[in-house]
Amino acid sequence: MEEHLAHGALWTIKEGFTYPNEYIYWTIHIVVYPYITGLVAGAFVLSSMYHVFGKTELKPVAKFSLVFSFALLLMATSPLMLHLTHPLNSINMILTPHFYSAIAAFTVVYLTYMAIVLAEIWFVFRPFIIEQAKEKKGLLGLIYNAMTLGSYDVSEKALETDHKIVRILAAVGIPAAAFLHGYVGFIFGSVKTVPLWKTPLMPFIFLMSAIISGVAGCVVTYILGMSLKGNFICGATIRSMCKVLVWFLVAAIVLEGIDIVFHAYTAEEFWSIMSELLFQRFAFKMLVVQWLLGMILPLILLLLPRLSMLRAFISAMLVLIGVFTMRWDVVIGGQSMSKSLGGFLTYNMPIIPRSMETFLEGPIPITGLLLMPLLLLFIFNKVLPVFTEVFNEEDCGFTEGLLSKKDHVNH
Amino acid sequence: MSLSRRELLKMGFLAVCGAVIPLSALQILTPEAAASLIRPYSEKKRWAFVVDTTKCVGCGMCVKACKLENEIPFNTDVQRTWVERYVQLKDGDVLIDSPQGARHGFTKNDPQGKEVNEAEIAKGFFVPKLCNQCEKPSCVQVCPVGATYKTDDGVVLVDKNWCIGCGYCINNCPYLARFFNPITNSADKCTFCYHRITKGMNTACMDACAFGARKIGMLNDPASELAKIISTERVSVLKPEYGNEPQVFYIGLDSIVR
Repeated sequence: MEEHLAHGALWTIKEGFTYPNEYIYWTIHIVVYPYITGLVAGAFVLSSMYHVFGKTELKPVAKFSLVFSFALLLMATSPLMLHLTHPLNSINMILTPHFYSAIAAFTVVYLTYMAIVLAEIWFVFRPFIIEQAKEKKGLLGLIYNAMTLGSYDVSEKALETDHKIVRILAAVGIPAAAFLHGYVGFIFGSVKTVPLWKTPLMPFIFLMSAIISGVAGCVVTYILGMSLKGNFICGATIRSMCKVLVWFLVAAIVLEGIDIVFHAYTAEEFWSIMSELLFQRFAFKMLVVQWLLGMILPLILLLLPRLSMLRAFISAMLVLIGVFTMRWDVVIGGQSMSKSLGGFLTYNMPIIPRSMETFLEGPIPITGLLLMPLLLLFIFNKVLPVFTEVFNEEDCGFTEGLLSKKDHVNH
Repeated sequence: MSLSRRELLKMGFLAVCGAVIPLSALQILTPEAAASLIRPYSEKKRWAFVVDTTKCVGCGMCVKACKLENEIPFNTDVQRTWVERYVQLKDGDVLIDSPQGARHGFTKNDPQGKEVNEAEIAKGFFVPKLCNQCEKPSCVQVCPVGATYKTDDGVVLVDKNWCIGCGYCINNCPYLARFFNPITNSADKCTFCYHRITKGMNTACMDACAFGARKIGMLNDPASELAKIISTERVSVLKPEYGNEPQVFYIGLDSIVR
């Protein structure tokens, strides 16, 4: 007789009393899915800071973060496709969406957001595209000409309209980005059988961690991209991004802290198993990596005076690792507590691919998937350059002067 | 023709109102509503199940029968029905297990792999589990494509060809009644042997039980033994706090049952 392993049996180790059908069903893909959508939302919010709130010092990263957000957005569905046992059936989401299900709205939310981001990119780059379409010959010229969508109007009036539209799109994009990720939080927060997930705070917790990861992702990628090109990086820009990071870090710490304190204080039936999870089994991942290294240490590093480029880079890297660990702790940790409240399930990711299933569930596809947005960004950068010196040293100095003046007035 | 803004709004409003009327007719004429005109609600069928835990001896024949009947690979550790063993010791410790869903039966004194001195045992019993065919099934609520649905007579089924395999239903079932079928790779669960009960037969697990611990029947049928038990005896359900309104009723549950 042919042996069939249960889906999940390969990577789940059970202890104590767990139900016979209980396995870790949501694995590494579902860890990466909220991580990527979080980066999308955070990067977009950062680009809107310039367009909507007129933070001039963020001008050098406004285009970059928008295109980066798009590159990430393109990859946001792929972890889900890897996760489905019937990926080819995913078209059913569009054919027969069942809107009582939180997941069913995904197509709508995703495509709406995609439309906003694409439109904003087009309007932001329109003058550049037209300029290139007129200049470039051959294949590149053809691409640029196609990208103009037949509009070659660069009159002052047209540009002013563009500017207005960009502001509107960026403004509409903020709630859309917040919704995209808050909605991912809702998908988890509404699973009533998993005590670690079931909290109305979940959408907000996810949103805050999304923004910090997105901003941190932009800091890291921008510094890397500019350094590789040997371009000048304006310190005022990086410091301004770090300021955003600090504010949202504080919000994330407060929200995630309240969540744990609340669980501990109300100490419901599940608290004994949850405290074992948080303070013993996941203590290193959760307390050391997620909290100390991922949130508290970068907050201290960013708040210390005379922030250097290197310190900003390290802090942002720490935040990126911390948020990834947070996604892991939430997704895997939530399922680690048996729904019988009498046992634990340990997730052992299959490292060596021995079959199609272990390959898909292993580290190779997911690593490729996490690197893809960077590759996409590299390709997009060839057509729509984002790693350019928007500010030269003089502009940068001028902006810094303005900022310190403002600070001076404020004090 | 020129159209003022006021006229456009007026005509638009009328068009929307006009469209709503025929659409609302569809709402009135749902198949269920039409059927209820002919057949009053009290006669509506509703399958339910009774498990008498006081009669279960943990032989596991029901699990075996279910696996064979529903073609769930026998050696795979997923099952549509299973039996749990509860042993409470005199010092208050509770040992619970269900090795391989008890498809080989409980044949040894080894709860959770430990041999327990019989003198230390305060009480022990078995609890068979299966899908609760909830009145408000969270699995049906969360299925993004509508691949899982509740039939008119109350049984929750899965369309294995439409399932996308996201596992949202599995994570949302408080009873862990769901799993991925290792052959179809779709979500799977107990159907109360829908293919049998709709032909007047019993479920496979019920036929396999030599002790009468399992009973299927119609809730609204005064002639059924099940309806009589539920209406006259003290029965309870598992995890009512989730609000799913489970329709598997238990005799002899204990507070240590998870």
